[in-house]
Amino acid sequence: MSISRRRFLGWMGAAGAGLAAGGRAHAAALPPSGGHPDALGVLFDVTRCIGCRKCEEACNRVNELPPPERPFQDLGVLQKTRRTDARTYTVVNRYEGIPGAKGPLYRKIQCNHCLEPACASACFVRAFTKNPDGAVTYDESVCVGCRYCMIACPFEIPTYEYDKALTPRVMKCTFCHPRLVQGLLPGCVEACPSEALTFGRRRDLLRIARERMAQFPGRYLDHIYGEFEMGGTAWLTISGVPFAAIGMREDLGTTPAPELTKGALGVVPVVAAMWPVLLTGIYAINRRRDRIAREEREAAVAAAVARAEAEAKKKLAEALAKAEKDKKAAIEREVKKALEEAARARGEAPAGPTPGTPGATKPA
Amino acid sequence: MQFPKVTLERPRWTPFNIVAAIVVVVGLGITVLRFTKGLAATTNLSDYNPWGIWIGFDLLVGVALAAGGYVTSAACYLFGLKRFHTAVRPAILTGFLGYALVVLALHYDVGRPWRLPYPFIVQQGTTSLLFEVAACVALYLTVLFIEWTPAALEWLGLKRARNLVVRLTLVLTIFGVVLSTLHQSSLGALFLIAPSKLHPLWYSPYLALFFFVSSIVAGLSMVIFEGALAHRYFHHKMDEAHRREADGVALGFAKAASWVLGGYFVLKVVGVAQADAWHHLASGYGAWFLVEVIGFVLLPCFFFAIGAREKNLRIVRFTAAWAVLGIVINRFNVGLIAFNYHLPSSERYFPHWMEIGISLFIVTIGVLAYKFIVSHMPILYAHPDYEPH
Ligand code: SF4
Ligand code: SF4
Repeated sequence: MSISRRRFLGWMGAAGAGLAAGGRAHAAALPPSGGHPDALGVLFDVTRCIGCRKCEEACNRVNELPPPERPFQDLGVLQKTRRTDARTYTVVNRYEGIPGAKGPLYRKIQCNHCLEPACASACFVRAFTKNPDGAVTYDESVCVGCRYCMIACPFEIPTYEYDKALTPRVMKCTFCHPRLVQGLLPGCVEACPSEALTFGRRRDLLRIARERMAQFPGRYLDHIYGEFEMGGTAWLTISGVPFAAIGMREDLGTTPAPELTKGALGVVPVVAAMWPVLLTGIYAINRRRDRIAREEREAAVAAAVARAEAEAKKKLAEALAKAEKDKKAAIEREVKKALEEAARARGEAPAGPTPGTPGATKPA
Repeated sequence: MQFPKVTLERPRWTPFNIVAAIVVVVGLGITVLRFTKGLAATTNLSDYNPWGIWIGFDLLVGVALAAGGYVTSAACYLFGLKRFHTAVRPAILTGFLGYALVVLALHYDVGRPWRLPYPFIVQQGTTSLLFEVAACVALYLTVLFIEWTPAALEWLGLKRARNLVVRLTLVLTIFGVVLSTLHQSSLGALFLIAPSKLHPLWYSPYLALFFFVSSIVAGLSMVIFEGALAHRYFHHKMDEAHRREADGVALGFAKAASWVLGGYFVLKVVGVAQADAWHHLASGYGAWFLVEVIGFVLLPCFFFAIGAREKNLRIVRFTAAWAVLGIVINRFNVGLIAFNYHLPSSERYFPHWMEIGISLFIVTIGVLAYKFIVSHMPILYAHPDYEPH
């Protein structure tokens, strides 16, 4: 047994005292939004794990998960690399032939209970809660089943009950949150026969990990996996071989998940505020342009009409003038004709010739 | 008020009708299986691969290809390109149908579809980009529905209601553009949270921008593409204005698509440079990335430009289909192919035939609905009793 229940309650008492004494300084060392300085965690020591699957068995029992296909005593299942699934919150895998390791190594997988969980940040109904005790828990009563949490989790932990038609749930380790609130240890921690799992306040665990590294020089790599990965996790791992060799990704970086989407979310109010203004502006400009174009067109039409009218008037006037002239000419012609006729009539009369007429000079 | 009579001709057994009937029958069968036996019986989804083609195709591709609605109405009503006016109604219709089908597809994909309203009415997960996508898609579907109603109301002869809606055109258009900008980009931003799972050539802090810009390409290309199809199959339904303007719409959109594709190409290159992912180009994924970016972005960009300059409608229409395919490939890459690139091939996803069956079923429903609406409502022609708006 690693830690007895009484000792756990002792842990809790110490946690309270620690809060009074130096909580502030420690809190400052946590990532700013990590939130809960006294949150709990578990330190998994790869060098101590013997691959007995007792933790898997205990997890199955305390969480009342369906019975496994093969019994937990059957270590043959270690032949295959497994992952968490809808009936299994935690899994131990065996890694063989690792340079620098004497025999096979074992690693336990479960939810790491991130300080800033990707799953919780991704869920669009807030089905996940980061509890003050460190546990990341899931509320099936609101879950829609979009499975975005599974996309988001960098440790590939949440699983889904694909075989249920009407009530599928996301399944993942709860850190035994219901047991923690009762003052009980997580099932796996309680069951581990080789003290590979150490339960306590996360900040104490970080110190314990460092102490072990100092105590056994050369036994561990100088890296506490989970101290900073993805912004830090409640579950921590120390190992004597590179983490990549036991199936843990070393390229996750230290940026907490919410940080990754902050920029994109921040754009939303900007777009929502700026776009309508901008688009209305563009609309107004185009409308104005259209209106001006229309007005210009109308003005041009009006001018053309005016010009045409003027032209027509001029033509009419000219026509009138011409008609007047023609009339005058016609009258003159008529008058002249009449005069001539009159003169001719007079010349034929005995009254004698009219002077200036050719007949007058003619000798009789 | 007189309701129009819908004359349902007896279905003729044309090859299209036969295939459609088979797809629908099979689709209904799979639907029953999906909701009685669950996702496990009908999909190849797994704990490593929680999203399959119902997200990769139906959601990501569906939303991108339905972008024609906002692109066209913005061009016509906001940017004052009145000569595209006759393209607005068909584009709004396909947009509306597209989004309606996306939402329908989501009912198959999520575990408990009757809870889809929960993010709005029970608890709001505002830190989630999926929340933004969901909210915008829901609102935009409503907007598209309202934008589409004038056609239905004209068909039904409800003059006053129709005139009321038409007066909202400007507000709806602006609202539609805002919502589209937000959710088109957020669909890309969905993957921002998983840098360790998406291949570095596709993962980029600019994912949101990539998705938004490429959605414009998708919208423009789809309008050209659908226009070509409509001309082929619904020519008799078109009025003079549609036939006259259609070629201008295709050429104008081709020119625009060429410019946007050019910009998109530059952005993609900047993305690789920003991530300093050049060395990945030498890998298998690198080759595939080059196929996408050169073969389905750069080349369509050139061909759109050539088609628009030469006023060659054949080139333009061909390139539109090509660019649409490019968008499909891009969404598949981000959602499925380059996603989980780190997993051994035994853990990778390949769709179950029933997943493909449902996707086909949903597309078929869309085509049938389009056929019905275009045959009965004033989409490709202006209703003689109404002023165009
Ligand atoms: S390990 Fe995954 S499931 Fe667990 S808290 Fe972190 S993100 Fe959530
Ligand atoms: S599957 Fe459920 S818990 Fe996971 S993100 Fe979706 S709604 Fe939230």
